[in-house]
Amino acid sequence: MTIEELEQIAKSVQQENEKYDYEINVCMDLACASQGAGAIKDALEQAAGSCGKKVCVRKTGCMGPCSHGPLVRVDACDDPEDTLYHHVKAENAEAIVKSLGEKPVAELQCDLSGHFDKQVRVVLENAGYIDPEKIDDYIARDGYKALLTVLTEMTPSGVIHRITESGLRGRGGGGYPTGLKWGTVAKAAGDVKYVVCNGDEGDPGAFMDRSVMEGDPHRVIEGMAIAAYAVGANKGFIYVRAEYPVAVSRLTTALREARRHGLLGNNICNTPFSFDVEIRLGAGAFVCGEETALIASIEGQRGTPRPRPPYPASSGLWGKPTLINNVETYANIAPIVRNGGKWFFNMGSERSKGTKVFALTGKISNTGLVEVPMGIKLREIIEDIGGGVPGGHTFKAVQTGGPSGGCIPSEMLDVGVSYDALLKMGSIMGSGGMIVMDDTSCMVNVARFFIEFCMTESCGKCIPCRAGTAQMFTLLTRICTGTGTMDDLALLEDLCTTVKETSLCGLGQTAPNPVLSTLKYFRTEYIEHIANKRCPAGVCNMEAALEVVA
Amino acid sequence: MRKNGFARHALIETLHTVQSSFGFLDDEAIRFVALSLRVPLSQAYGVATFYHYFTLKPPGRHTCTVCAGTACYIKGADKLIAAAEQRLGIKQGQTTPDGNISLMVARCVGACSRAPVALSDGEVVGEVTREQVLEQLERWAAE
Repeated sequence: MTIEELEQIAKSVQQENEKYDYEINVCMDLACASQGAGAIKDALEQAAGSCGKKVCVRKTGCMGPCSHGPLVRVDACDDPEDTLYHHVKAENAEAIVKSLGEKPVAELQCDLSGHFDKQVRVVLENAGYIDPEKIDDYIARDGYKALLTVLTEMTPSGVIHRITESGLRGRGGGGYPTGLKWGTVAKAAGDVKYVVCNGDEGDPGAFMDRSVMEGDPHRVIEGMAIAAYAVGANKGFIYVRAEYPVAVSRLTTALREARRHGLLGNNICNTPFSFDVEIRLGAGAFVCGEETALIASIEGQRGTPRPRPPYPASSGLWGKPTLINNVETYANIAPIVRNGGKWFFNMGSERSKGTKVFALTGKISNTGLVEVPMGIKLREIIEDIGGGVPGGHTFKAVQTGGPSGGCIPSEMLDVGVSYDALLKMGSIMGSGGMIVMDDTSCMVNVARFFIEFCMTESCGKCIPCRAGTAQMFTLLTRICTGTGTMDDLALLEDLCTTVKETSLCGLGQTAPNPVLSTLKYFRTEYIEHIANKRCPAGVCNMEAALEVVA
Repeated sequence: MRKNGFARHALIETLHTVQSSFGFLDDEAIRFVALSLRVPLSQAYGVATFYHYFTLKPPGRHTCTVCAGTACYIKGADKLIAAAEQRLGIKQGQTTPDGNISLMVARCVGACSRAPVALSDGEVVGEVTREQVLEQLERWAAE
């Protein structure tokens, strides 16, 4: 495969597309598929086949606003404006096909300009536009161009320089500068090195990585191949949760196609560089998102972390230098190489560059996947893009970073989103889950939910995390049932600090965050539970406590 | 196992294959895998019990899985679980004595935008209500 051949493929796809006057794209992501997108696609194909117009029906990855699903988007070749239809049913297929070239079907049309206007799509640029199981579709949108440019024109250190220049930071949550990490692995001694993609999206309430792997799998593979070239690795692993069977099958197809096109394997593009990727399945352990636990899991062991240093960059998989990045980090690589580091550096806030994908869920009108430039205000994400809290309820808090993050109250909504700002507010960026809560959510109960999660997910290796989370859960349960005392609250705070400071890995160190942040911003709710045996949101069952009083 | 060249590090992959073929991992299967891959029995058993995805008990004919991820929890997944537990007379993670229905709780299936989510025999149902869950359980019970 050479650049010319790549362009040839892109051209033939374009010629093929030009044969059609209309493209009907059907979102087949999990949320839409669970509402019958498959049947809609079949009905559209049938209607398109018999209508006499030149129509192509395509399945795509996630289009974004999942709460409006199933989504269908019509692109006409003579009209730059797309038409987006929401809540489509199979019986609407005839009407949609009939409307092509005429007025759109008004009752299905959805206007989400407020939702899309503030978004900037880098990672998700192809999601909703390509068939994830067709490599040609990806190539037609500049796919694998970056890899071939890197292999034929750039040196490994040049690639690392470009990534460093872009200011990209790890999208898994910690925000470690990606260029620095690559540089460390590249410098590490040893002939054998590995590149690992962390697709163990364990944060409950987040699905960005799933959507990227399912909607645009080649982008991740291309990013990994570029990384491998830069650090000098020949073997890569993608670690995916077993709960994502569709992602696994899409990645398997993508790897097969990439190998067939000579974009993976020996002597890629007639250069000395060889690289191949294997998929490894997780098996439902949150702690495996931690890099040393992930390595243990790939090696076929129990996923327990080990103390660092040595960092995986010097001693990782089977003791060899290993580069571990998140799915979204790899997905950012190809556009950075194509457009240059400066282009990426100019997006975002002062110390957090580029864009970030968030999974917006909970009590909000437009749930789904959004990609925004860093530095955007939380209020803009929630009110403009998310459409605010529905049902006449009022906004109470937004939870970011999953079980390692915290709850941010409404007073803080005007803060711009960045790694540092979120950390300062007692939360973390995390992988990008954003769960909105309204006045019907009890913050003590939410804190208890996360601690219960961390308690069951604790691997049990170190005592602070194993015993500490269990004790915190007991204390929170007492408060939630109205039997807690002020002494319990003091003990809880004390325990939070201990667990945070003495745990072995990230899971334990961040486990108290949901408690600490709710204590910081919603302390009155805790006091109300303890002193007045009353749950302000009406969630906690206080009967046990009231009986004691009576 | 042959696909992975009997590699020791493919233990988790192998256990996945066994579980998807038989529905669960029994002692015999774990022993066989450990022997074939030449890993200590303790490691094979340790891995099988460490990860939540593996189950050592045979599942029921039907499985109702309620997602208890954060988004689903905020939208009342706990009430769905409680309703199902009450209807079946079992706790989450258990199977009815007649082996008909298993009630499972998932960590997150990644369909958070449609919370709360339940899976009936693996099929995702979004924005599920208490009535829908109970209705599905009735249908299975009547079979």
